[in-house]
Amino acid sequence: MRIGIPRALLYYHYHPLWSTFWRYLGLEVVSSPPTSKEILDQGVSAAVAEACLPVKVFYGHAFYLAPQVEFLFVPRLVSAETGTYICPKLMGLPDMLRHAGRKLPPLLSPTLNARCGPRAWEEALTRTARVLGFSAGQAKRACNAAAAEQARYTAKLGEGKTPLDILSEGKEDKEGGQDQNLGTQKALLLLGHPYNLFDDFISLGLLRRLRARGYRVTTAEMLSSRLIAEEAARLPKALFWSLGRLVLGAGSYYLRSGGVAGIIHVVSFGCGPDSLVGELLERKARRAGQLPFLLLTLDEHTGEGGMVTRLEAFLDMVEWRNAS
Amino acid sequence: MKITFPHMGHLHVPLRSFFSRLGVETVVPPPISQETMAFGTRYAPEFACLPLKVNVGNFLQAARLGADTVIMAGGIGPCRFGYYAQVEQEILRDLGVDLKMVVLEPPQGHWRELWHNLRAITGRASLKEIWRAGRLAWRKLTALDELERELHRVRAREVTPGDASRAWRQIVDWLDQAETLSETEEAAHLGRAHLAAIPLREDDDVLRVGIVGEIYTLLEPAVNLEVERVLGEMGVEVERSIYLSDWVKTNLVLHSLHLRNDREEYRLAAPYLGHFVGGHGLESISFTIRYARSGFDGVIQLAPLTCMPEIVAESILPKVSRDMGIPVITFMLDEHASEVGMRTRLEAFCDLLRERRRQKKRSQRAKELLP
Repeated sequence: MRIGIPRALLYYHYHPLWSTFWRYLGLEVVSSPPTSKEILDQGVSAAVAEACLPVKVFYGHAFYLAPQVEFLFVPRLVSAETGTYICPKLMGLPDMLRHAGRKLPPLLSPTLNARCGPRAWEEALTRTARVLGFSAGQAKRACNAAAAEQARYTAKLGEGKTPLDILSEGKEDKEGGQDQNLGTQKALLLLGHPYNLFDDFISLGLLRRLRARGYRVTTAEMLSSRLIAEEAARLPKALFWSLGRLVLGAGSYYLRSGGVAGIIHVVSFGCGPDSLVGELLERKARRAGQLPFLLLTLDEHTGEGGMVTRLEAFLDMVEWRNAS
Repeated sequence: MKITFPHMGHLHVPLRSFFSRLGVETVVPPPISQETMAFGTRYAPEFACLPLKVNVGNFLQAARLGADTVIMAGGIGPCRFGYYAQVEQEILRDLGVDLKMVVLEPPQGHWRELWHNLRAITGRASLKEIWRAGRLAWRKLTALDELERELHRVRAREVTPGDASRAWRQIVDWLDQAETLSETEEAAHLGRAHLAAIPLREDDDVLRVGIVGEIYTLLEPAVNLEVERVLGEMGVEVERSIYLSDWVKTNLVLHSLHLRNDREEYRLAAPYLGHFVGGHGLESISFTIRYARSGFDGVIQLAPLTCMPEIVAESILPKVSRDMGIPVITFMLDEHASEVGMRTRLEAFCDLLRERRRQKKRSQRAKELLP
């Protein structure tokens, strides 16, 4: 049995968990290739105009995989940690995709909702595996293996690697280009949702470009979840979007502690949570007045030229500040 | 203390009644205008959804009239509304506007905080006084909702366009002025009579259209470009999926007590959307199904541009529309929405609905004639 996992949305956070789970059960896991113009166009043509870029990209990856696999893994991602949500669109994603009017293999869509308890993800994956005929024991062992793999992944992130570095490990062509010498270079904080930052096509090679200019890139994924939680606790009200907590938590941490030369916040056009999270972060940064701050908005029409110009102006400013 | 609050349809009537009964001075923000929108778009985040922008405009205009405290509702996500108050507070802070914000969060087991916040507003009023003020406000709200339903029926059939809308403004004013329960009953009675006195057309060939979508754009005429009035005056009877009193009952009262009355919505939507998605996304699906089953001619979805739950619904509605055989049109509203643009699309939509009706009648007659 072949199961397809689209290389989009929270693939960049949970691929090790999901792929190990299915592989352990003996399924052949197929991921779509990195985003391309064709994949994006497929998604854009099937989604409603108002949907955000990441959702359109996800559609494209799902359509790409559809003819090659018996099942598509499209989890209903409600919540990854207690008390939070991810985004309404991810909660409706399997239904949106199913009714997009394209031919698709059956979707496997466990409801992953950490609000229902710490074992809720495991239970949901187990239920889905049971539907495919696996025993509870097999599913349990697969869950353990998957959790162990995910823990290894998190540990690597903690060492300062980005999801892109790790997920493309062992490949000749490393899309993001690895950091050469950790620790010796000037660092930049790159904030944003993983599916924008680590999708080389969508981010127009942002990570690559920053590294080529000699910067070490820090992302929120590299901070421990405890630290993020501590920072998030300083907010006037607990933020209920987990990706927003990550952005705001990491941003506030570096605004207070320094250690980076500037902050770049990447958002998708029309992203609901980021329209507020980004605003809060930008106001914080402006009040602190210490670090250069750049907001980059991406959509399916983003031109490379415009982005590069803004990025270069920003980096010039960072360098000029450091020189003076 | 001078209290203000955001506008949302006729919400200001019960709220003002509640606070003034308790002796708390209130400043109702001026009706939403060009200036409100201008303030909102200038100071609120560019990609925030429209209600937040209008809120900011309301607050700044109310502050100019002397308001010093804002009452806002909170939320627990995933819809952005749950974090509005915090963002609004930051905006006001950076603008140097001195408005204290009291946020009433859904209790989630922490009743004490809600009580504490309520006490901060109600001051020394006794529980009995609060109960009485609440009862009066609630009666005004239910009376307004009841009369508004009647308004929709009358407006689609009035002989002289504009009669019903004029009567409605008068009715809101009467209910706003009423100071006791009996005066409220009197005002409601008068209102019913006022609407009943409007001459109606004899033919009863009005289109029936259901309106679904996000609560704020549904309830606030200034933001939805008075879609209900425009449709009514085109001879279309509208029914809305949300009335303020129903929403208060479901979300503020029942959910706080961990009771539900929305199982039916989940059941109806299930073949299309298997999970709640925040806001009223699920209801937009379930009510479209309801309207189709009750023989409505079409459905209109309203939402602020970039509204997440409604984008989920919008993605699924074409399938519901095909399966149930009911035309659906979506309006995403923002500060650039124009009444002319909306009217053109509505006219085309209604032409389509009338044509469908004619065709249905024709094929029915053909069936009757054939042996």
